[in-house]
Amino acid sequence: MKAARFDYFKPADRAEAVRLVAASDGMGKFVSGNQSLGPMMNLRLAQPELLVDVRGIASLRECRHEHDSFVIGAGITHAEIEDRRIEDVTQGLLPFVAAGIAYRAVRNRGTVGGSLAHADPAADWINVMRLLDAQYLVSGPAGERVIASDAWMAGAFTTALEPDELLTAVRIRRLAPTARWSYYKFNRKPGEFAEAIGAFYDDAVSGVCRAVIGAIDAPPFLIANASALLERDDPALLAQHLEHAGLEPGSYSYQVHRVALERAAHMAREHRRTPQ
Amino acid sequence: MSDTIKKPIELVINRVKVTAVVEPRTHLADFLREQQLLCGTNIGCEQGVCGACTLLVDGVPTRSCITPAIACAGAQVQSIEGFDEDPLMAQLRSAFSAEHALQCGYCTPGMLMTARDIVSRLPDADDARVRLELSGNLCRCTGYVGLVRAIRRVLDARRGVVQQTDAVSV
Repeated sequence: MKAARFDYFKPADRAEAVRLVAASDGMGKFVSGNQSLGPMMNLRLAQPELLVDVRGIASLRECRHEHDSFVIGAGITHAEIEDRRIEDVTQGLLPFVAAGIAYRAVRNRGTVGGSLAHADPAADWINVMRLLDAQYLVSGPAGERVIASDAWMAGAFTTALEPDELLTAVRIRRLAPTARWSYYKFNRKPGEFAEAIGAFYDDAVSGVCRAVIGAIDAPPFLIANASALLERDDPALLAQHLEHAGLEPGSYSYQVHRVALERAAHMAREHRRTPQ
Repeated sequence: MSDTIKKPIELVINRVKVTAVVEPRTHLADFLREQQLLCGTNIGCEQGVCGACTLLVDGVPTRSCITPAIACAGAQVQSIEGFDEDPLMAQLRSAFSAEHALQCGYCTPGMLMTARDIVSRLPDADDARVRLELSGNLCRCTGYVGLVRAIRRVLDARRGVVQQTDAVSV
């Protein structure tokens, strides 16, 4: 199908972009690569009356170091992360995840910020950023604010963003060389949205050991202390976390999430990273 | 809001500068097919999954069905019609023919775009990687065996060429 009618602007200035969307009575949307919004508009699941293309705003593509953190501009594409055209501060985690997002043609245009603002629970960045406890830098008519990763997503396709607020960047902590991670997603076909995601991030030096159960019909489920899961195979403990995540024992969804979490735990234990 | 919205754009299509007026809702594939009469780009799913409409925007593979034409203002677009002079695409076309990498031909323009991206970006790709990279282009005529062989043929040939060139220059 074809998208419904909409108007389109591509300002070079962030304030102008925010002003245009703010003046649209809630019918305007920011867009960058259009790789998530585009399909929804073609299917008429989304019918915004105005698209404000933010690809002309240079500051959205800036990346910078800040103390122990790294800020990634919202306009950075998946392919740029996959190819390490921006610095990797995550010991390979982000490039590994980026390479598994949809297909190369989609990764060439789709952006980190777009995916995070779209907030599909089965998408990759939303789960990775929860795992890494990222901070979301947001700009709106009232100025700028920072949203913590636990407050970012209220539900499927719903974020803490006001309609006229723009996600400008995400801030993540640099991973120590001693850190280990794993990311396992279950799809029936490479490139499709995940049916289940399991991920671990463990750094003995800083004492952080987290895991995420993702691709549930809700925000990513964080296991803030996952060291017991990493230490040994414990089906009872695994079951406890899966049930807390809202998965119903015996269901298909429960099974694939159990497998994803188990495999992610194995991979993290073995310190196995990219299979490349 | 009953009036049609139309806006002027300027872009380069197959090395030719084009000025046109588009509705923002018109995606690049429809713009090429219906306004530029370049019908080589095929439209399949119109939701970015099947890969039939894949072409190059600013040199990289792009889904033209989920890319508004207006978002390509100022860009370089290269559709399947624009590769007559491209030696790599000629090599791929011969390999597709030799290995029977197509039957009905509907997926072929998009397949050639992706194949060209694979051989130029991943010169060391093994067959498993080729298959993985092809996962974003659907063929419903059971052509994947032929497609992988065709891409393999070009990858191998290019490796051979590189080695020969190195040998000569040493």
